Parts: sequence; structure tokens; C-alpha cells
Amino acid sequence: MRLGFFLREALRAMRRNAAPSFAALATVLVTMLVVGVFIPAVEVTNAAANNVRGRLIVDVYMKTSSTKTDDARVGREIKALAHVKSVQFVSKGRAYQQQKAQNPAAYALLGYNPLPDTFHVTPDNPSNVLALHTELTGGSGGGPFDSAVATVSNKKAYTKRALELTSAVQWGGIAFAALLTIASILLIANTIRLSLFARRREVEVMRLVGATNWFIRWPFVIEGVLVGAVGAVLAIVVLAIVKIALLDPLFSGWALVGGIRTIAFPALLAILMGAGVAVSAIGSGVSLRRFLRI
Amino acid sequence: MAVSRPDQRARQRRVAVRGTTTDATPRPAPAAPAGPAVIEFRGVSKRYGGGDVALDQMTFSIVRGDFVFLVGPTGSGKSTVMRLLIKELEASEGTIRVAGHDLANIPPKRVPFYRRNVGVVFQDFKLLPNRTVHDNVAYALQVTGGSRREIRDKVPDILRLTGLSLKLHNYPDQLSGGEQQRVSIARAFVNHPPLLLADEPTGNLDPEMSIDIMRLLYRINRTGTTVLVATHDQAMVDKMRRRVLELSRGRIVRDDATGLYTRDESTREFAQRLRAPAERPPGVL
Repeated sequence: MRLGFFLREALRAMRRNAAPSFAALATVLVTMLVVGVFIPAVEVTNAAANNVRGRLIVDVYMKTSSTKTDDARVGREIKALAHVKSVQFVSKGRAYQQQKAQNPAAYALLGYNPLPDTFHVTPDNPSNVLALHTELTGGSGGGPFDSAVATVSNKKAYTKRALELTSAVQWGGIAFAALLTIASILLIANTIRLSLFARRREVEVMRLVGATNWFIRWPFVIEGVLVGAVGAVLAIVVLAIVKIALLDPLFSGWALVGGIRTIAFPALLAILMGAGVAVSAIGSGVSLRRFLRI
Repeated sequence: MAVSRPDQRARQRRVAVRGTTTDATPRPAPAAPAGPAVIEFRGVSKRYGGGDVALDQMTFSIVRGDFVFLVGPTGSGKSTVMRLLIKELEASEGTIRVAGHDLANIPPKRVPFYRRNVGVVFQDFKLLPNRTVHDNVAYALQVTGGSRREIRDKVPDILRLTGLSLKLHNYPDQLSGGEQQRVSIARAFVNHPPLLLADEPTGNLDPEMSIDIMRLLYRINRTGTTVLVATHDQAMVDKMRRRVLELSRGRIVRDDATGLYTRDESTREFAQRLRAPAERPPGVL
């Protein structure tokens, strides 16, 4: 009974204040569209950055004279170090096969196997790759940590740059997302405030006849929920049309970008819906407060 | 205590005077004022932020069932009295009691519940523009959690009393000023509050409509509701012959509760008297 009354009140208010309600709805729609495009965009950028970071590994080359016992010992020693996620051993024979398959003419000319046994060491976290490198090279710049090791790959400059660049991209994405979120909330709250301001006399009258604050507030909150929901649904419809009509055919026909995985579409929809409804409902409830002071 | 004593004595005297009037009248009036004060101001002062003194040590009381005018020029404190009574403002000094409750002791959360016991009518009507006449009046019931049935029972009744039965589905902007004021009175009275406040209810209306509104307020008063009307329509006040509190610069300069009181009078006689020319000697009906 009560809920029905508040719902009817909210619908009546929307009908009788069509212009401000429409403005609020359009604001939610546009904001949600921007957010809906932005979330996958940030994700793609992040995925690309992570892809680069994932490729940061350290190679440990054994001396050509190393024996199988040496290999086993060094393998154990690497695994015992901090920051090591996994170690992949490639024997000189296998490396030779791989290289030969790629470039048979050159290796036929060479006539023997110049390749050493190799360990590909992946750090537990891309950011720790430099620390791992330092450990493998024997701490303070001394020789390799084991006499059977010839060299440890030295891609320090490249690694450093890759780390800096990718973290810049990720932090930029986070900052931009925060900015966009704050701007959206302010925009929606402000639009709602404007439409409430036009109705402050109404609120005043309600107070005079003895309406409690929540009795006045509920219809406004429900109105906010409805406006937010409708705006979010419209934004979702537009996004879905763009995805189905434009992006899906593009991605399926173009292998290069096909590999990028973004947030699942239903999850995106849920986020948009929840954000739209919550922001506008809380916005109208909070904005009303200044008119409700006794 | 020293302040309150003369006030109490004055009240007793008034009650005593009224007692004799009732004895003199053969039929006891249904709306005869009796019993404790509905409104009681005791040394009430109100100062606004800028140091302006709106009310200065005001003391008066109004008994149940009374019909009292509050007159005075603009800025004399009439509206401040009204706004203090609906607890839109807080007194800077002194105590205000309504039906025995000290308004200062009502916490903010209880203010809406207090206001349901006080009907308020304003010069600018203060109707909800997005609601029909019926819904405007019904809102006052919905606020108190009134059921649909209650609304179905009470709203048409009060609209009939105020002569708005035919305007049920009109919006406020489709009504004349007098009709809008009647809607606002209907809304103020639909809960049958024991106290009705009217701040310049006829300020925006022509004389004939003003008489209509006064007649309606008188009719409400006759059901036992205490009515306090702030106005600067001196001619109207003179003809009504009710108790008059005259304010000037936040002080009571005249409390005219005597004489000229015609207690038991039908609303028809009442309206006739209001329409009569002012020169007519009082007492001749």
C-alpha cells in the first residue's frame, strides 16, 4: 500500500515535470554511454600492457661444457630464489631443433650446434623482473651465481622501459576512470538538484501539512531510481546495437584484434545498470536534504 | 512566576466574562470557549539574525474555541507569531505552549506530527500545483497514513463544506483566488485539527470573496476549532466583533476581548452582518 502510493507519486511527478525528468534521463543516458565505452577501452589497454609485461622474462645461459648434473643443480638453485614463478628448461639439442626448423639453410651451413642449455625464468610478478635479474647475476654485479652459468641475459634497459611505459598506461587508465566517475556523479547529481530546486516550493508545502522527511523523500528517491534505470537501459540498448552491428563482425573478420578479451558484456550491463540507478537515487535523496531542514 | 501571574489572572477574568455571557444566553453555544488555553505565549521574544526584533516580550493566551484576530501593520510581528506557532521558527526567549505542550520541547523529528494538529492557511494558498483539488486535500490525509477509505469518506465531505464539490478534478491554476483559498482551508481542516491558523487569508482576495472566506473560517470555528487569523483588513475585523490582538513593533498594544461579542450566531447572520455597511451601529442586527 505504502510502496504503491510512493510509486504512484513518483510517476505523477515525472509526468507533471516531464522536461526536468527528461533532462535527468538524458544525462544518465549520455554518462552511461561514455562509461560503457570507456570500461572496455581501458580493459583493452590494460590487457595490452599486461601482455607486454607478461613477456618480461630472464634467460640464463649455461656454459657449453655444462653437464646434465650441472643443469639439474642450477635448475634447483633458480627455483629456490625469491620472485621465481616458473622455470622452463630448454636443452641445447631442443634449441638447435627449434632454430634449425626456423632457418634450415643457415644451420646447415654452420654444421654444428653453437647453442647452450637455457633456462627461461618467469618472475612471479612482472614488476619483480629486475630484482630477479639482480639475484641471478649474483647480487652486487658480480659474476653469475653458479660457475656452470655462462651469462644471464641482459635486457635491463628494455625491461625497465617496458615496465615504466606499461605502468604509466595502467595508472593513466585508473586516473581517467576516477575522473570520469566523479564527473558522472556530479553531472547526474546536479541535474537532479536542478529539477528538485524547481520543486522546492512543493516540498515546503508538504512539510507544512505535516509530512515526515521520509514521506517526502521516498517518491523522489523512487523517481531517481526510475530515471536512472530508464537512462541506463537506453544506454545499454545503444551499446548493444553498436556491439552487435559494428564490433562483433569487425572482430570476427579481423584476426589481429580477435585475441583481445574484454569484460563480459552481461557484467558490463550489470555495472551500468547498478551505477545508473544508485547514483541517481542517492543523488536525489541527498540533494533533497537541504530543502528538508526544519 | 511574577510574569505569569497577571497573565493567569487575565485569563481567569476572560473565562469569567465568558461564563456570564453563556449564562445570559438562553441557548448555550456549541462553540462556547471554555477550558484551558490552546495557545499560550509567555514573554516570547524573537530576534532575527541581523538584530531585528520581531517580537518583544509578548504574552497572551487564547482559549479553546476562540476566534481571534491578530492585526497590525506590516512588520509588526503577525507572521512571526504564525511561524513560531507552526515551529518554522524558534523563539529566542520565553515559552510558547500549544495545547499544553511547550514547543521548545518538540524534537525536530516530531515536528511533522505536531503540524498535523495545526491547520495552516496562507495568503498565497500554498497548494501543490501538480495535484487536483481532490488530491491536494487528500495529501493532508495521506501524510498521516490515512487509508483510501478514509480519503474517500472525508475528502468529499470537506469539499462540500467548502463548496468545491464541482471543482474536484481541477488543478489549482484553473481556479479563482477565492476557490484556491477555499481548497487550502479544506486541506487545513480535513484532519479536523483543534487549531487553525490563517495568515492574511484574504490578502489576495476581493471583498466579496473575503467575506466568503471569513464565513468559512467562522463555520469551522463553530465546530469547536480555535481559529487565529492574522490580517490587516481593519474593516473586516471591526465588523466581525471578535477578540482582537493588535500588534505594533512586536508588542501587543491592544487586546480587545470585550463587548461586541455575539456568541451564538448562524453563519448566515454572520455573513449578513459582514456585508452590512460599516456605519451601522454595532449590536443592531
